[in-house]
Amino acid sequence: MVTPLLPLKMEAVSVRRGGKTILGPITLQLADEGISILLGPNGSGKTTLLKTMHGVERPNTGTLHWNVAAEDARLRQAFVFQSPTILRRSVLDNISYPLTLRGVKRAEARARAEAFAARVGLSKVLDQHGMVLSGGEKQKLALARALILEPDLLFLDEPCANLDGRATRDIEEILLAVRSEGTRIVISTHDLGQARRLGDDIWFLHAGQIKETTPKDQFFSEPHSETARSYLRGDLLP
Amino acid sequence: MEKIWEGLTQAAMLIVGFDPDLMEITLLSLRVTITATLIASAIGLPLGAWLVVNRFRFRRVVIAIINALMGLPPVVVGLFVYVLLSRSGPFGVLGLLFTPTAMIIAQVIIITPIIVSISHQAIRELWADYHDLLISLNATRRQRIATLIVDGRRALLTASLAGFGRAIGEVGAIMIVGGNIDHATRVLTTAIALETGKGEFGMALALGFILIGLAIIVNLGVHMLSRTERGSRW
Ligand SMILES: Nc1ncnc2c1ncn2[C@@H]1O[C@H](COP(=O)(O)OP(=O)(O)OP(=O)(O)O)[C@@H](O)[C@H]1O
Ligand SMILES: [Mg+2]
Repeated sequence: MVTPLLPLKMEAVSVRRGGKTILGPITLQLADEGISILLGPNGSGKTTLLKTMHGVERPNTGTLHWNVAAEDARLRQAFVFQSPTILRRSVLDNISYPLTLRGVKRAEARARAEAFAARVGLSKVLDQHGMVLSGGEKQKLALARALILEPDLLFLDEPCANLDGRATRDIEEILLAVRSEGTRIVISTHDLGQARRLGDDIWFLHAGQIKETTPKDQFFSEPHSETARSYLRGDLLP
Repeated sequence: MEKIWEGLTQAAMLIVGFDPDLMEITLLSLRVTITATLIASAIGLPLGAWLVVNRFRFRRVVIAIINALMGLPPVVVGLFVYVLLSRSGPFGVLGLLFTPTAMIIAQVIIITPIIVSISHQAIRELWADYHDLLISLNATRRQRIATLIVDGRRALLTASLAGFGRAIGEVGAIMIVGGNIDHATRVLTTAIALETGKGEFGMALALGFILIGLAIIVNLGVHMLSRTERGSRW
């Protein structure tokens, strides 16, 4: 039995960039199941929070404690970035790349990449160069490349921002399936419909602070914070 | 104008006639410069990538020094190599002075900073794009460098070609360390200098046209090779 990766305990974590605090201090515990949705206006710190949890941004204060050694923790997570990074390679080589980094044989890596490409609907473009894909296809590629690691914890930063309705539905289905296979998921989004469809709980972020973490149903009917209430009303937040 | 015409016709005749001296000089030029370019690329390309991926205390200083070395006068490099390789110098026992090897050493010293500098520039842009992904995927330092070199290969090819162009046309350093010895270390540029000195402008111009032609052919050849690669728009 492998030691579970979660919970993750964040204590008084804050991030300073360009002379001002853009996140935190945040104290929270990431429990081991479900889908959490990060909501908040542009610039509220969603991307920064996700990257800090994942470890690609270093906090200036505070600590992160995984349930396993920190070196092992990253190996069991995956991240889909807000603007997907596409390697200057074919689609297939993009998707198989994480496996080759981990020493999986080329043939096996390619076979598994084909399977994951099929899962996100990229089978037709396998041999194309990654850079010529459309915006939506690039996001699908990034998702497949994250899923191929079969992570215990998956971060997605606005994964459906460029997708049409059909593709969004496909990807939400995939995420729900992945969740039921036991992967913990944290997604940021501006799509309230998506938050309703996928979320177990909602984290509402404003000006670098988590204003509340509330179970979905309650968040949409009766959020705790005044800022969340005006955000849901569609007001412009200060 | 007449001189140029004369040079052109003489060049054409020498080439069409496979003039043995000319062939020898040309082939030596190519051998020396291609070897130097390969060695300098093997050093310079990974070093360029390494300088991007590693953050250490004196990184900026090192980069500044390499950029400064780009402007190093070749004659000074030639003198430096000459002193090292001369019989009384530290490497005198090797007996390399006035051999093609000495010319290769001088050219490697001249073009490595160019190759490092250009590849560093190109890799830096790619790294800015790849950074978060490679960190996220836990790529080791070696894997990061390898990925950047493989995916940035077109830009790196340009760096190597710039080095080749500089080396094939270089005369000061290889004149000093090679000595322009007939049938031993005479290459296109030193032959041009010699013919010009003798007042043989036709021959000098002929050699010059061959030099230019070579540079163009090598560049076109590499360009075509890299275009046949799949996904060449990128
Ligand atoms: N390196 C930096 N230097 C200065 N300010 C930064 C830096 N990185 C981020 N910020 C600022 O931090 C704030 C939070 O940025 P972040 O990208 O986390 O917001 P976000 O909630 O993801 O926004 P969006 O919905 O637009 O994606 C922004 O105001 C941004 O300008
Ligand atoms: Mg963001």
